Amino acid sequence: MNAVLAAEKLGKTFTLHQRGGVQLPVFRGLDLQVTGGECVVLTGRSGSGKSSLLRCLYGNYAPSGGSVRVRHDGAWLDLTTAAPRTVLDVRRRTLGYVSQFLRVIPRVPALDIVAEPLRQLGIAADEARDRATRWLARMNLPERLWRLPPATFSGGEQQRVNIAHGLIAAQPILLLDEPTASLDADNRRVVVETIRVARDRGAAIVGIFHDDEVRRAVVTREFDVERFRL
Amino acid sequence: MRTQRESSGEPMSGDASDDPLLSARGVGKRFGARFACRNVSFDLFPGEVLAVVGESGSGKTTLLRLLAARLPCDEGSVLYALRDERGAQRGLTDLTHLSEARRRWLARTDWGFVEQNARDGLRMNVSGGANVGERLMALGSRHYGRLRAEALHWMQRVELDTTRIDDLPATYSGGMQQRLQIARNLVTKPRLVFMDEPTSGLDVSVQARLLDLMRELTEELHLAAIIVTHDLAVARLLAHRMLVMKDGRVIEEGLTDRLLDDPQDPYTQLLVSSVLQP
Repeated sequence: MNAVLAAEKLGKTFTLHQRGGVQLPVFRGLDLQVTGGECVVLTGRSGSGKSSLLRCLYGNYAPSGGSVRVRHDGAWLDLTTAAPRTVLDVRRRTLGYVSQFLRVIPRVPALDIVAEPLRQLGIAADEARDRATRWLARMNLPERLWRLPPATFSGGEQQRVNIAHGLIAAQPILLLDEPTASLDADNRRVVVETIRVARDRGAAIVGIFHDDEVRRAVVTREFDVERFRL
Repeated sequence: MRTQRESSGEPMSGDASDDPLLSARGVGKRFGARFACRNVSFDLFPGEVLAVVGESGSGKTTLLRLLAARLPCDEGSVLYALRDERGAQRGLTDLTHLSEARRRWLARTDWGFVEQNARDGLRMNVSGGANVGERLMALGSRHYGRLRAEALHWMQRVELDTTRIDDLPATYSGGMQQRLQIARNLVTKPRLVFMDEPTSGLDVSVQARLLDLMRELTEELHLAAIIVTHDLAVARLLAHRMLVMKDGRVIEEGLTDRLLDDPQDPYTQLLVSSVLQP
């Protein structure tokens, strides 16, 4: 299979202007290629830049150098130079992301949060809600919570809403930042199984998993971010 | 799950459009010797929501008035993709080349303008329903039943109590007045809405509901919007992209979450680090 995501000579250094312009180098000269059906697990100590790398790959952080290219609509596209609306289109259809924590939108029920990525693909409200229902059921979220905004949910409940929201659009590239961190063993297993299904249908996955059991269950290749540390 | 992608529909039309709806090119305005804003350039595309953020005096409100042709530019120009009466697009037109009457027509049909203070955007001496119907009447609609039906429809759409249709806006709460202002603007199905601090005068709980409504409306109606706000949380919730202004200039721009999570410019870093939860 061919690569669908490629970081080339990627570098990230934070400049803290509020702290007299102090520079916090994270990584430099990082090359990573990911193909469909692969689950690349990022390794390295805490603070080694794993999350920063994922955020650069998602276009959420601005790299200090290098490029992040994704296969989108059959062509390569550099996220670091793409217009905002192009990045948003790539995220809708090609590049999914599950963050560590759910960013709650006031007043919006869990069901609508999960259905939203499908609505953005132009899928009708009823069908989007149907599919969101199936995702929440698969994630074992108690049905009484579906129509409530997740602001008051437990960490694990919020994270399951977050995972459903991140995976429902089934983008061909998925970035996962500790998706199982706040889950109990049963729900961890459900998420592991979901990730394996995505991988086996040909998704290219880059993830951070602190739990050894989870990591072993999904990994096809490890990638040590520390090698590119400054 | 395996077949989700295969069975999904086409992406929403218009998203990949390559023709800007509005184009600002080196826009500037001088008050006396001082430029209130200068060298502002960007293209806005159909359905795109842009937040212009900055502190008071940064020139963001002046910029909004230039873009909406409420003030003439001293430098540069604002271009807009006019459509004719049949709705066909005609390419970009420099707004200064339009007659005053034509600009007014544009502002009343294809644009909306939501004022910070609802009293500036409403007619306080006529009923809520008449406020919503006014634009349609200006376009020649005289049929009472149809006007009333439209007013009811849009009041419902912005979650206003329709039994208040005959009440004066002065009897509405602040949040209701802002909803009425939005309904009044949307009745002609504009493609672009300008908003000047649309939520800043409201209580926090009322703000959240209004933001939620605005998010829904921009998405469902595929509305482009330019929202001036000093509130980064408003930008986070509503905007696809942002411009940060300081001393009349754009100092940083980009995708909303990139700009808020990894600000590059010293001033943007200061702004983002100064709020509790952007």
